Amino acid sequence: MQLTQIGRTGRDSFAEMRQLQTEMNRLFDNAGVFPAVQVYPPVNLWIGDSSVVVTAELPGLSAEDVDLTIREDVLTMRGERRQAEEAEHAGWHRRERPYGTFSRTIGLPFRVDPDRVQAKFENGVLEVEMQRPEADRPRKIAINGK
Amino acid sequence: MAQEMTTTAKREVTPAERGEVTRSTVVYRPDTDIYETEDHVVLVADMPGVAPADVDVNLERRVLTIRGHVHRQAHDGYRRVHAEYGEGDYERVFTLSEEIDRDRIEASHKNGVLTLKMPKAESAKTRKITVKAA
Repeated sequence: MQLTQIGRTGRDSFAEMRQLQTEMNRLFDNAGVFPAVQVYPPVNLWIGDSSVVVTAELPGLSAEDVDLTIREDVLTMRGERRQAEEAEHAGWHRRERPYGTFSRTIGLPFRVDPDRVQAKFENGVLEVEMQRPEADRPRKIAINGK
Repeated sequence: MAQEMTTTAKREVTPAERGEVTRSTVVYRPDTDIYETEDHVVLVADMPGVAPADVDVNLERRVLTIRGHVHRQAHDGYRRVHAEYGEGDYERVFTLSEEIDRDRIEASHKNGVLTLKMPKAESAKTRKITVKAA
């Protein structure tokens, strides 16, 4: 073994300094992408010719766990995310998944027909497709020329 | 309940954390719960949009890697007007402690949630010691 100053004192202050620097960098790196808090669940909205699709990420829930209501141009989704019963008395190492009751109201770009709604739940993603009522659709009007 | 439930935006995995990949998709870090019961360490990860067949759990020595591949939903004839979450793959790496019986790990995936049940090795289980009155 090479006997250097470091070897004798058993401490490498430069290594400690480098480690500190790495940790500081990591701290500041994260500050830039610090997650913004938003309401639950996060949704995406898609618009077609005469319909609108709302998708929401609700991992762990299934069709029975979510209440959907539609009134005019407002969609409301309600439900609860529970944690496993055994987890209540467990020792936690990490807890990042949100849980609790949620209620989210989404304003749609137009009125929808509550009788023609299709909702499906696949792998924790809810997809609701809603149609614009016939009467509300924009109509093309032919112009009569003389 | 009056308290409003909030969530944090999905966190993207930075290239510095994982090296470059061949497939050009966004990769997210799944939100994960880890808790310990008497006999198990349980890992629960949210991977919405991932089908059970597209989950990949890999254990190499002590490094546990979980991956989920998302098939992007095609919305033909639609345009996205509002987006609060992105679609992409999931990946996260954990280092397991020695106290886990790595041969008997059970993995299940349901409704976009991956659950790994990792039994504690016999030597790591807590033992109750009875105290005898002298």
